[in-house]
Amino acid sequence: MSNSTIEEHQNFLSEHFGITTTPGQFTVALAGNPNVGKSTVFNALTGLHQHTGNWPGKTVDNAQGSFTYLDRSFLMIDLPGTYSILAHTVEEQVARDFICFGKPDATLVVLDATCLERNLNLALQVMEITPKIIVCVNLIDEAEKKNIKIDISALQKDLGVPVVATAARNGKGLGTLRQKLYEMSTGLCTPAPRQINYSSEVENAIQQLLPKVSRLIGSNLNPRWVALRLLDGDQAFINSISQYLDFDLHPTRLQEVAV
Amino acid sequence: MSAAIKPMITLEEICTEAEKIRLSNPNLGDTIVSDIYQNAEMIAGPAVSKNSTDSRSWDYKLDDVLTSRLFGYPIMFALLSVIFWITIAGANVPSQMIADTLFAFQDQLLIWFELAGAPTWLTGIVVLGMFRGLAWVIAVMLPPMAIFFPLFTLLEDLGYLPRVAFNLDNMFKKCRACGKQILTMCMGFGCNAAGVVSCRIIDSPRERLIAVLTNNFVPCNGRFPTLIAIATIFMGGMVVSELQTAVASLVVTSLVVLGIFVTFAVSWALSHTLLKGEASSMVLELPPYRKPQLGAIFYRSLIDRTIFVLKRAIIMAAPAGAITWMLANIYIGEISIIGYLAAWLQPFAYAIGLDGFILLAFILGLPANEIVMPILLMCYLSAGQMMEFGTLEELRDILINNNWTWLTAVCTMLFCLLHWPCTTALLSAYKETGSKKWTFLTFLIPTVIAFIVCFIVAQSARLLNLV
Amino acid sequence: MNTALTTIPLSTLGIGSVCQIVSLNLQGLLRRRILDLGMVPGTPVQCIRKSPAGDPVAYMVRDTLIALRSEDASQIHVNPM
Ligand SMILES: Nc1nc2c(ncn2[C@@H]2O[C@H](COP(=O)(O)OP(=O)(O)OP(=O)(O)O)[C@@H](O)[C@H]2O)c(=O)[nH]1
Ligand SMILES: [Mg+2]
Repeated sequence: MSNSTIEEHQNFLSEHFGITTTPGQFTVALAGNPNVGKSTVFNALTGLHQHTGNWPGKTVDNAQGSFTYLDRSFLMIDLPGTYSILAHTVEEQVARDFICFGKPDATLVVLDATCLERNLNLALQVMEITPKIIVCVNLIDEAEKKNIKIDISALQKDLGVPVVATAARNGKGLGTLRQKLYEMSTGLCTPAPRQINYSSEVENAIQQLLPKVSRLIGSNLNPRWVALRLLDGDQAFINSISQYLDFDLHPTRLQEVAV
Repeated sequence: MSAAIKPMITLEEICTEAEKIRLSNPNLGDTIVSDIYQNAEMIAGPAVSKNSTDSRSWDYKLDDVLTSRLFGYPIMFALLSVIFWITIAGANVPSQMIADTLFAFQDQLLIWFELAGAPTWLTGIVVLGMFRGLAWVIAVMLPPMAIFFPLFTLLEDLGYLPRVAFNLDNMFKKCRACGKQILTMCMGFGCNAAGVVSCRIIDSPRERLIAVLTNNFVPCNGRFPTLIAIATIFMGGMVVSELQTAVASLVVTSLVVLGIFVTFAVSWALSHTLLKGEASSMVLELPPYRKPQLGAIFYRSLIDRTIFVLKRAIIMAAPAGAITWMLANIYIGEISIIGYLAAWLQPFAYAIGLDGFILLAFILGLPANEIVMPILLMCYLSAGQMMEFGTLEELRDILINNNWTWLTAVCTMLFCLLHWPCTTALLSAYKETGSKKWTFLTFLIPTVIAFIVCFIVAQSARLLNLV
Repeated sequence: MNTALTTIPLSTLGIGSVCQIVSLNLQGLLRRRILDLGMVPGTPVQCIRKSPAGDPVAYMVRDTLIALRSEDASQIHVNPM
């Protein structure tokens, strides 16, 4: 990114999400279902004291905090927990808009090891928006207690993105997590996220819209995902994206008209 | 810009096309979700291996008790009382110690000021106003809160709060509100402003507004200690000393339960008038119980609370102390400004079982509930017999010398529980609702209720010649 | 897929019994919520416990305990297993 676009992006972040980054700082979004330990991971990484509690909905506001690893500064944003980011509620919209339009350098998706299947639902949705994700399988100690074993390397291979097992409360796995965040943000690691297989009716519908969507949004967002949202008739998303298009793409569109 | 020769596509065009596809295939949205889940199953299946042991572990057994038909409600009540009992029993000694230390230091300060030849007014404002206000807030507020919050956090970390919502949802449903409202009330115990913000967990806008408007009926961090202090010296003081703590905690628990009932009543009334509507759905996840991390909880909630209380004390109590001291020591003719204000409020305050000074303290306490008691004491002390408040016994004497009866105590506690929210909470309500009207109602509803309840209690007690 | 005749509303399920979701007769936000929690057609659900007042009821879905009000649960059609 050139200097001016970096500045623009910084303004965009502070205007829309109330987030102030310093130049050269990486932003990391922290997403996940409610009560999976996002704030605990956040605290463990940043050394802050966000409130945690064993009930879904403890965090309702974005919190931010930073940490330094290998001389690079990272700004973490603790998003409210959501079951999905198909945006049916304000919190989901906040989380979704940030991952989608805030363009974090990495998105850390925290999963509950004791109910991985349901949590993967969200991880897969995030993977459709951005390839730069790291999956953190938290509460691994609880899973062990319940005799649940998770094959992390198989999961990593299947998902195509880094997967780290953690027990954030005991500090287990955090070193690896920092390492992966660093690799992802600096571009040392090139993820190849698995694409969701849709049934034929959905896939056909996507293909029908895809060319036009690609042309409208260019390479700013994953066109497949945008097509899906439009097919879903997601009004909140349509509002967000038209705002975003105005903000981000309008100059070029004016040029088009001029030519 | 040669690529720009392509005809432009607008978002609207694509939306129209998507709309068409959706109309021809109405289940598309559901299919998308199902498909994602199918993928999740395919991924999780091979990666996860479960050695199913006895899944009916202590989790189940605990739930069997905590949400049982027979014990569910009594346990909630018992836990609440026990927490208050521990708080009250435990707070006494440290309160005393803090008070002793700080007031010893106050004497020292007075000596230093005198040695330095400071004018009386400066000594008054700084030492007798600011420092004393600060000292009272810290001595009275800090110990109970530093005991209450770790205990409460213990339950929170265990996973008990969602069970409370599970147990109480039916009552909220009858009021056409959401069971998660109780979670926002639990957050309100810490601070009503935080409670108001936490109302975001309620999906239905109507039910969320109800939760915002009623959050104030759970006493916050700034009001608990006032309730505890009055309950201890007045209600507890009426029985033999062994039972004092028990009686006081029962009184505080009853007040909290009363607050919950008022919440139900107001929620019901709102659902049938201003915020008409049917109860909507509630989907509540009950997470597994987790062993609380004792060390971390105690450390964190203790430090958190201490810093919170100290910060509020410095920001609010010190200036309030200074202002109160000035108001109490600037005389117009024979009477101080405070004297005038209190005399002016007196008839009105008397009708609701208070006196002019108490009502004035509540009004001046609008920025922060913590400062109500210190202001009141400062008013009393400056108005008449100079007496230093060190122990709860002395506090009791001060109040009795100012004509407090059990009715004054009851009405003050009720008013404290029910009256208007502090400015911070009102500001949060404004931010959350984005509406002046709802913010004003957040102020008005509790105020009206506090006046009505206290009026009824005071007048009936007097009519029945109970005082 | 089974016909509507053999399905029952989820709310009538006894404690301990297991069923499979057939269809959701819900609209709007609640429908999406329920789907997002993984209660999609074909998902097994077990009724775990009732709250003291008998309503809401907690169900085990994909290793998570979820409480639903009876009005909502009655709109979820299931096949007992
Ligand atoms: N045993 C264990 N408990 C954990 C771990 N991580 C978090 N917890 C506990 O899980 C509970 C939830 O943690 P939070 O960090 O508040 O979860 P969250 O994802 O921020 O939740 P919301 O803010 O509600 O979305 C807390 O009681 C934590 O103490 C872990 O690795 N092991
Ligand atoms: Mg959190």
